[in-house]
Amino acid sequence: MPPPPRRGAGMSLATYLSRTRGNRETAERIGLQDVLAYGYLVLGVLVILVPVLWTLFSSIKSERAVDSFDTRVLPIAQVETMVDGRSKPVWSWTAEDGTQRLVTKAGPTRKITDVATLEAPDQVFQVPKEALAPHEELRIATENYLDPILKRNGQETFNFLTYLGNSVFVTVAATLITLLINAMAAFALSKYRFRGRLTFTLLIVATLLIPASIILVSLFFVVWSFGIFGSLWGVIIPAAATPTGVFLLRQYMLTIPDELLEAARMDAASEWRIFWRIIIPLSLPALSVLAILSVIWRWNDFLWPLIVLISDPGKHTLQLGLTQFAGEFNSDFHYILAMTVVTLIPITLVFVWLQRFITTGIATTGLK
Amino acid sequence: MTHALDLRQIRKSFGPVDVIHGIDLAIGEGEFVVFVGPSGCGKSTLLRLIAGLDDPTSGDILLQGRRVNGVPASERGLSMVFQSYALYPHMSVRQNLSFGLENLRMPKAEIAQRIEAAAKMLQIDHLLARRPGQLSGGQRQRVAIGRAIVREPVIFLFDEPLSNLDAELRLQMRVEISDLHAKLGNTMIYVTHDQIEAMTMADRIVVLRGGRIEQIGAPLDLYNHPANKFVAGFIGAPQMNFLRGQLADGVLRTDCGLVRDVPFAGAGKVTLGIRPEAVGVSLHGHGDVGHGDEVIRVENYEQLGAVTYIYGAFANGEKLTVQHAHQIPLRRGQEVGVRFPTEAFHLFGEDDKALERTR
Repeated sequence: MPPPPRRGAGMSLATYLSRTRGNRETAERIGLQDVLAYGYLVLGVLVILVPVLWTLFSSIKSERAVDSFDTRVLPIAQVETMVDGRSKPVWSWTAEDGTQRLVTKAGPTRKITDVATLEAPDQVFQVPKEALAPHEELRIATENYLDPILKRNGQETFNFLTYLGNSVFVTVAATLITLLINAMAAFALSKYRFRGRLTFTLLIVATLLIPASIILVSLFFVVWSFGIFGSLWGVIIPAAATPTGVFLLRQYMLTIPDELLEAARMDAASEWRIFWRIIIPLSLPALSVLAILSVIWRWNDFLWPLIVLISDPGKHTLQLGLTQFAGEFNSDFHYILAMTVVTLIPITLVFVWLQRFITTGIATTGLK
Repeated sequence: MTHALDLRQIRKSFGPVDVIHGIDLAIGEGEFVVFVGPSGCGKSTLLRLIAGLDDPTSGDILLQGRRVNGVPASERGLSMVFQSYALYPHMSVRQNLSFGLENLRMPKAEIAQRIEAAAKMLQIDHLLARRPGQLSGGQRQRVAIGRAIVREPVIFLFDEPLSNLDAELRLQMRVEISDLHAKLGNTMIYVTHDQIEAMTMADRIVVLRGGRIEQIGAPLDLYNHPANKFVAGFIGAPQMNFLRGQLADGVLRTDCGLVRDVPFAGAGKVTLGIRPEAVGVSLHGHGDVGHGDEVIRVENYEQLGAVTYIYGAFANGEKLTVQHAHQIPLRRGQEVGVRFPTEAFHLFGEDDKALERTR
């Protein structure tokens, strides 16, 4: 008789997702704790997932469906046709004898409305309002995506590739600089003994208490006087040193045994080499966490880039670019939604890629 | 001749706490020196000062005649085996061994050659691709030693390298390290709290207590001629017996009732030291225990087959341990005769220093 499969080993996704609390005997029953735990987890998933899914589904709806706050999940849109060079919605008219014909409205909607058939747009006749129903089809509104990206339909000012390039540059450069200088600061604060080490650490952490908006004006003057106002470096450099990052990395590096560093010193390694060959590889899990955080911060950052880059549209990031669709009197929500989805893609990929390192990193740090 | 290592008036304090109180020590080329002492005696601190991982508060450290105070550990050309092995967990065994050589910008071919040689000598050549996490305790120990060997250092430093191994493996590694010293001929400094390791491996033992050197000497010198009561008690297992007494005009009277002419000069309160194996057990007739010089009551005993340990007490309560080289029938509470041969006596004065023999 083959041995029963071991719990936890080689488990399929379905078994994994339907696990219950308790040992082999009691696991069959679904207890109160299981219900509460799954309820809590499902709630959490919904809270996080629903807005994203709503954005995703709404972004493929037609402009008319988005503007009319159509609450149906699927992208059902009223068919439109060109009449006299104008796009008009198509209605389905049910005549008294039960036949259906496609018409467009030739005037305002009244109790008795003027309509014309698609075949003969000049022959206007009158039908009761009740006999008209929107002629709908299931259609993915690719123009929401393609118009801004390909600069069609009056979206010439939205330079998608420029914004994407700027966003990628800011995010990558800022994240690399953040990782490097935060790791160096954390290395010093965790592995070197000097007077005021704890004071420095506390000071750095204490800056977390100051909201960014409070130092906005002084930061503006600093950036201005360094001559990097209006350039991407003005966005990258001021935010490179993050107290969260220093603290996170320091706490992690404290767990790296001093003996490893001493062994490296006995191995004739310079302090710089110890940093690169011992500290950085062993801090990979914490660095991955910080990298994810930093990418999210930089990618989604809006206020500071807005201040620094406002005057030069050629330097706008994606998040700034999105504001073009929001005007004073009307907003192109279908474009905003579509471009929001586009901006979510890179950050999701980064997360999927980096989270591997978090788990593998933890697995390799067992010293003994 | 220049020594491999010279320590001159080395002092070290951590804040207000003095850990090392002025140590002078010269270690010759190719010597195997063991620092031994109870925990907190400063032996590891002394090793770290030599390694350059800490700086002495005052005093000079000379490596082959060159003063190296302030020279960082990475530039002293020494290598060290740590108690926790301190292998780089993210590197393979091969990378662990090559890391130090790469730091010295050695040509790749020579690195490979040295690693092969060291791995073969330590029998870890089949493990080179593994990570430290995939090795057993003994294998990690070998890799740690290998990492020290490939550097071909002026001096090997060992900081209690065997204390994480089980008893059997410890015995085996002890022999291997001794063999290694014989093979390589490098100077080695070995720190341990285990006097058996010190006795078995050392050319010379340095006994430390409270940041001071108590005695330096070859293992048997320390065993046979301890300079003071501390060394006498520390070296040798089971511990030397100490009995309180008075010395006057060459006559020793111990509190437990022994009166004996002894070849020691001096007078006043003394402590008689005698090793457990030097104490004779009186046997009468058919292997029965009878009466000798003195009588102890057996409180406990251990029969190990080859030797028998008797833990007894005199009538005045003073304890005596006896090591007997044969099997004898014993029971608790029984009285046993014990003999004290005068030639095995060590006498320590009130200052715990050993008294000189007069003949």
